[in-house]
Amino acid sequence: MKVRYFAWVRERIGFAEEDIDPPVAVLTVADLIEWLARRGEGYAFAFANPKTIRAAIDKSHVRPEARIEGASEIAFFPPMTGG
Amino acid sequence: MTTAIRLQREAFDVAAETAALARGRSDVGAVVTFTGVCRADENGEAIAALTLEHYPGMAEAEIVRYVDEAHARWPLLGVTVIHRYGRIAPGEGIVLVVTASSHRRAAFAAAEFLMDYLKTRAPFWKQVETTGGKTWVEAKSTDDAASERWSSPLPHREAAK
Repeated sequence: MKVRYFAWVRERIGFAEEDIDPPVAVLTVADLIEWLARRGEGYAFAFANPKTIRAAIDKSHVRPEARIEGASEIAFFPPMTGG
Repeated sequence: MTTAIRLQREAFDVAAETAALARGRSDVGAVVTFTGVCRADENGEAIAALTLEHYPGMAEAEIVRYVDEAHARWPLLGVTVIHRYGRIAPGEGIVLVVTASSHRRAAFAAAEFLMDYLKTRAPFWKQVETTGGKTWVEAKSTDDAASERWSSPLPHREAAK
C-alpha cells in the first residue's frame, strides 16, 4: 500500500510518500503508526506522540482503531490548520 | 442550485465570485460572504508570508462532503468555496465561502458551518514564514469546539472496506 505524509510529519520523515508492505499482524492505523515508528530516527520523531497524528484511508478521515486491510492509500498528518 | 468548489494558487476576486452566485436569478434574497485573510502577525510576531500545504484529492473530497451536508441542513440556492494553497502574503485572501439563500438565516448559518468544518477537517496545513525561519501553525482547540457544536458532526469512516 501507498503511504503519504504531510506537513511536519513529511518533514520529519524526510519524504512525501512510499510503498510499504507491513506484516499481517499490523491490523489497524494505530498498529501501523507503531510499526512505522520503528523504521528509523525520522519516523520515531514524526510518530513520537501518536495523539498529535491524524490519519486518512483512501482520502477519508479515520480513527486510530480503523482497520487498514484493503486500503490502497493511507495518509498521516498533523491536525489541520487551514481555513 | 449552483455549487463551485475550487482549490487554487491564485488570488480570488470576492466581488466577482459574489456576483456570479446571484447572477441571472430572482429567488436569491441573501448572500453571505466570508473571507479568511492572511494577517501580518502570528502570536505577536511579524510574518513575511504563509505557505499552505494541502492533500490534493482529499481536500476537494472533504469540502464536497461539507457542502453536501450544508445543502441537507439549509435551503441554499448556491455555494462557492475557494481555498488557496502555496505562498500567501499578508493582506491576501486565503479562503472564500459564499452562500446564497432566499433568506438571511440559512445563508449565515451555512457559511459559519462551512468555515468551522474547513478549519478542522479539510486537509490543509499553514506554515508561517518569519525572519527567523519557517514554523508550522498549531491547531487550536477552540476550532475543534466550534465544529463540534454543530449537533451531528460528520462521521469518520469506520474501516477500510
